[in-house]
Amino acid sequence: MTTPCIEARGLRKVYGSTVALDGIDLRVDEGRIVGLIGPNGAGKTTALNAILGLTPYQGDLRVVGRDPWTERDALMRDVAFIADVAVLPRWIRVSQLLQYVAGVHPHFDRAKAEAFLARTSVKRNSKVRELSKGMVTQLHLAIVMAIDARLLVLDEPTLGLDILVRKQFYDSLLNDYFDRSRTILVTTHQIEEVQDVLTDVKFIDRGRIVFECNMEDFETRYYEVVVNPDNAAAARALGPIYERQVFGRSILLFDSVDRQQLAALGEVRKPSLADLFVAVMSKGQGVNA
Amino acid sequence: MSSESPVESQRIAPGPVPGTRPMYWSVWREIWENRSVYIAPLVVSGVVFFASCVSTLTLPHRLKSATDAAKQQHSIIATYSVAPSAIMFTTLIVAVFFCLDALYGERRDRSILFWKSLPVSDRTTVLAKAFIPFVVLPLAAFLLSIVTQRILIVLGSGILMANGMSPERLHADLPLFQEAIVMFYGLTVHVLWFAPIYGWLFLVSAWARRTPILWAFLPPFAIALIEWILFNTAFFASMLRYRVMGAMSEAFVVQKKGEAIIRLSQLDPARFLAAPGLWVGLLFAAACLFGAIRLRRLREPI
Repeated sequence: MTTPCIEARGLRKVYGSTVALDGIDLRVDEGRIVGLIGPNGAGKTTALNAILGLTPYQGDLRVVGRDPWTERDALMRDVAFIADVAVLPRWIRVSQLLQYVAGVHPHFDRAKAEAFLARTSVKRNSKVRELSKGMVTQLHLAIVMAIDARLLVLDEPTLGLDILVRKQFYDSLLNDYFDRSRTILVTTHQIEEVQDVLTDVKFIDRGRIVFECNMEDFETRYYEVVVNPDNAAAARALGPIYERQVFGRSILLFDSVDRQQLAALGEVRKPSLADLFVAVMSKGQGVNA
Repeated sequence: MSSESPVESQRIAPGPVPGTRPMYWSVWREIWENRSVYIAPLVVSGVVFFASCVSTLTLPHRLKSATDAAKQQHSIIATYSVAPSAIMFTTLIVAVFFCLDALYGERRDRSILFWKSLPVSDRTTVLAKAFIPFVVLPLAAFLLSIVTQRILIVLGSGILMANGMSPERLHADLPLFQEAIVMFYGLTVHVLWFAPIYGWLFLVSAWARRTPILWAFLPPFAIALIEWILFNTAFFASMLRYRVMGAMSEAFVVQKKGEAIIRLSQLDPARFLAAPGLWVGLLFAAACLFGAIRLRRLREPI
């Protein structure tokens, strides 16, 4: 029994003559951690803005059972959101911030947020402007994790942070927040970083979802073979979805081809999500690529 | 079927959820951010207080040298009415700048993305912001004026007594209770009369992509100028002047120019309420605030 947390049909958004979303169909089930991955300008942020009720759109969209554009304030009782860069107001004190969120949010547990903050060096009477970028992220994460939300949306949450904070960010998210009844939707450029976190992945390009699969399928379906030049023709006959050259040898990416068969052609290994991303994106560029 | 029931059961009726007070905390949020709301009037009342202290020291001398009663009265009123006027004027300036930045600043620093991630509607947010110039600032001006003035009068009485004069004079010429009501009335009529100005500033603040101050003040000026060039008339300019000065002429009875307004008999609420300019202005203000709410929903960070 899976309830769709997000359900979009024919989601479309046009800015002047630019088509940002070109009729997207999207379904995110409850309890999943979904990565929405795409190049710059692919429509990731526009899609998130539509889901969060920040921008009007054409088509059908329901998020936790609500229409985001007409019910943004009610929607935000069940949806938490961290935008791409630090958006916490710089003038506010940490204590004021906690007080405000506690005062307006029915699902915010202030004690929980305080407990998260106690593990950091964020002081209660500091102003946001006095905190480092990493500390602001910790503060925002502490607030969001103390909100009992059904959907958490993260738009490039670790942009511009050092590797230590990035690692901590996803660790806290998985260990202290995610509990199988919640849903997380995350966009990022750092594919390697989220590969082990996600349960599902969707690639978006030029306003369309060009590829989607869950990570279990990804693990079993895709193989990469380092093919010796004399086996190249035989390997190409099996229909690789992508081919690249490294040090004079061909590396071919296969979808749903028997592993035994591939092993005869060369060294078989697991591709990374980034490899698959490159393969899918270059296919979309056309034959001349 | 199972895909529908959990969602439907969690649907909550619109309006604030018990245990949360979005409007109340949104007003506090504005005060936390805009500390000039109370600091500017406090500083001005402090400055005026010290200036008035000095002037109070010379009060006995001025009262002795003033030959007729009218001059003596003028001397007393001048000393004690400076503080309220200065404080009220300051809050007016603060209100103008507050309105201009209210819906522009949050888009410029992108914090609107955080505010919109919370279950607070655009209507609650805009009305909480409007609460500052419409209620908080006038109330701050009123309380500070009363306090500053009362302290000055106690000081003045002390100085008069020290000089062997009766402090009764102060109270006879300065009907304090009446004056407090006059002050409250004055603030109320000004807030109502200036409502369309505040509304317009909110609308521009929600709309402008840059320099809201120019968008707020240049178009009215340009319209007046174009009207004058094309038709050699000044209807729009006189309308603007009426909006800025009208509260005084519509709400008070002023016998002669420059007369101090300190008595209930000088108030004319019936004429003020009957002035079409008041109601047209309030309608315009409501339309502007409605527009600002719609714009805040649509506008993205700059």
